Amino acid sequence: MSYIQAENLIKQYGAGEAAVTAVGGMSFRIKMGEFVAVMGESGSGKSTLLTMMGALNTPTSGEYSVDGLEVYELGQDQRADFRREFLGFVFQSFHLVTYLTVLENVMLPLVTVKTNGRTKRAMAEDALSRVGLDGKAHRLPGQISGGEQERVAIARAIVNEPPILLADEPSGNLDTKTSREVMDLLRSLNEDGMTIVMVTHSPECAGYARRLLRISDGLLVEDIPINGSAINLECWSSGVME
Amino acid sequence: MTLKDIALRNLRRRKAKASFVLAGLLIAVSTAVALLGLIEAMNRDIQQKLEEYGANILIVPRTENLTLTYGGLSLGGVSFEMEEIRQADLVRVKAIKNAANVAAMGPTVLGAVKVKDHKVLLAGVDFQATKILKPWWQVAGTAPSDFGVLLGSEAARILALKTGDHFKVSGSNLEVSGVLVATGSQDDQLVFTRLDTAQSLLKKEGLVSMVEVAALCNACPIEEMVRQISVALPDTKVMAIQQVVQTRMETLDYFRKFSYGVTAVLVLVGSLVVLVTMMGSVRERTSEIGIFRAMGFRRSHVIRIVLLEAGIMSALAGVLGYLVGFGSTKVALPLLTGGNGMVVTFDPVLAAGAFVTAIIMGLASSVYPALLAARIDPTDALRTL
Repeated sequence: MSYIQAENLIKQYGAGEAAVTAVGGMSFRIKMGEFVAVMGESGSGKSTLLTMMGALNTPTSGEYSVDGLEVYELGQDQRADFRREFLGFVFQSFHLVTYLTVLENVMLPLVTVKTNGRTKRAMAEDALSRVGLDGKAHRLPGQISGGEQERVAIARAIVNEPPILLADEPSGNLDTKTSREVMDLLRSLNEDGMTIVMVTHSPECAGYARRLLRISDGLLVEDIPINGSAINLECWSSGVME
Repeated sequence: MTLKDIALRNLRRRKAKASFVLAGLLIAVSTAVALLGLIEAMNRDIQQKLEEYGANILIVPRTENLTLTYGGLSLGGVSFEMEEIRQADLVRVKAIKNAANVAAMGPTVLGAVKVKDHKVLLAGVDFQATKILKPWWQVAGTAPSDFGVLLGSEAARILALKTGDHFKVSGSNLEVSGVLVATGSQDDQLVFTRLDTAQSLLKKEGLVSMVEVAALCNACPIEEMVRQISVALPDTKVMAIQQVVQTRMETLDYFRKFSYGVTAVLVLVGSLVVLVTMMGSVRERTSEIGIFRAMGFRRSHVIRIVLLEAGIMSALAGVLGYLVGFGSTKVALPLLTGGNGMVVTFDPVLAAGAFVTAIIMGLASSVYPALLAARIDPTDALRTL
């Protein structure tokens, strides 16, 4: 069985007395194919954890492996290759490259892949088709709606069919209806076998996951399975959530 | 979709910044092209002028005697044995390394003859070569044919001869085909005839007394030409008439050095413009670079995008810079030189040099911004999103 495994991950910024601990020692194991929601208050270390899982942010200490591969023992170039082959990112606020068309944005992860242009284009068109954006390939990001931009971001994340998708507040800037559509899409991808780790503030969105990691002050305080329904806000009556 | 496409799209999006880079490179390249084009035009002009100045190297027989003339005065009655150069040996001059720089070679045979009870110096010359060697000669009459002579103005006066007159030398009947307009030189005293005619009259077949050479070698020192000819003709004494050439060369050399200095400053300023603009561009694109890195771009890919952008702009600046510089020289040259006939022509070496210089400038100035871009921490970059 393949796992994403974190062992006492610590991330501190600064040094000495001025050091700030963003992640204070987290250990967890995620099975491939899981859909995990990560929740916590602002500044709890969710995004730092996600960037460490995305091989973008070297932990101060601890171990992190994917499918047995010790990610932070890899060199910079190998980490870039790892991101390209294993990970898809969906950022908060979509983060599309404004001067590239929808199709070109989706093709970005394929730019450095040694495949011919026609194949890359077909893969990008297929990804756009999967998120329901067939007809908007040649528009610029500024010419489509927020929901559509989020779909483009998802299409870009899945275009090279990575086994893991890391999503940071994928519905953060969307209305309720569009949020649901996006979450349905993520669930569908998970049902197709993609591992999804999603940082969210939204209990409703977290309800789409099968497992919840709750973080507070850089520590993992809860790791529970959830049954696929929206999490009762009362769960957070302790005031952990904003 | 390739790295090149990303670079091109970005250039199209950031037109103002791209134009700034282009302007920085273009000004440097076009000014360099204009200055170097001007030097080249002046070079050609000097070559042409050198031709007009005539002979600048003199080959005479090696002798152990001292010359008994000073300030144009000769001690009459004193003579010494004069050695000669074998005419056949002169072909060796055509085989020297800088033979292509020899514009004309004029062998001359000299000897005293008696004309109408006067002793005069008869000079046998190659009149074709003399046209180049002594372009200031003006002849009243025509160039001599067989047994024809050209009289120096003083010789004509003293001998009381004019065009069409005949006189005898060593039993041969000679005809005056023309008289030289006064030159103010020793040529005024001489009687000129064809080289073979003079050799025959003086009984010096196959021999010459001296050789005048017009060497057009503005890229190499005249001393080098002298050295090469000396090696080719070891039994002769080769002398350079240096003054005119050297003065011209020195003037051009000063201008050349000045132009190189100006070009270097402009290249430096242009490079700084590119550096600052590219740094600004990289800083503006921090978030975008973060996205690229998250998508699996290696640092080298980011470097390549920045350098591709710089390379595209540099190539464009190289081509446009040459055209603008070439055009400027073409327009400015008549104004600067008062239309004295200097021309600027397409120089493929200068064009290639401009192109390569622009690319080297653009790329070298963009290396640091590219490295900065590659070193951007993707986490920091994504935080700016």
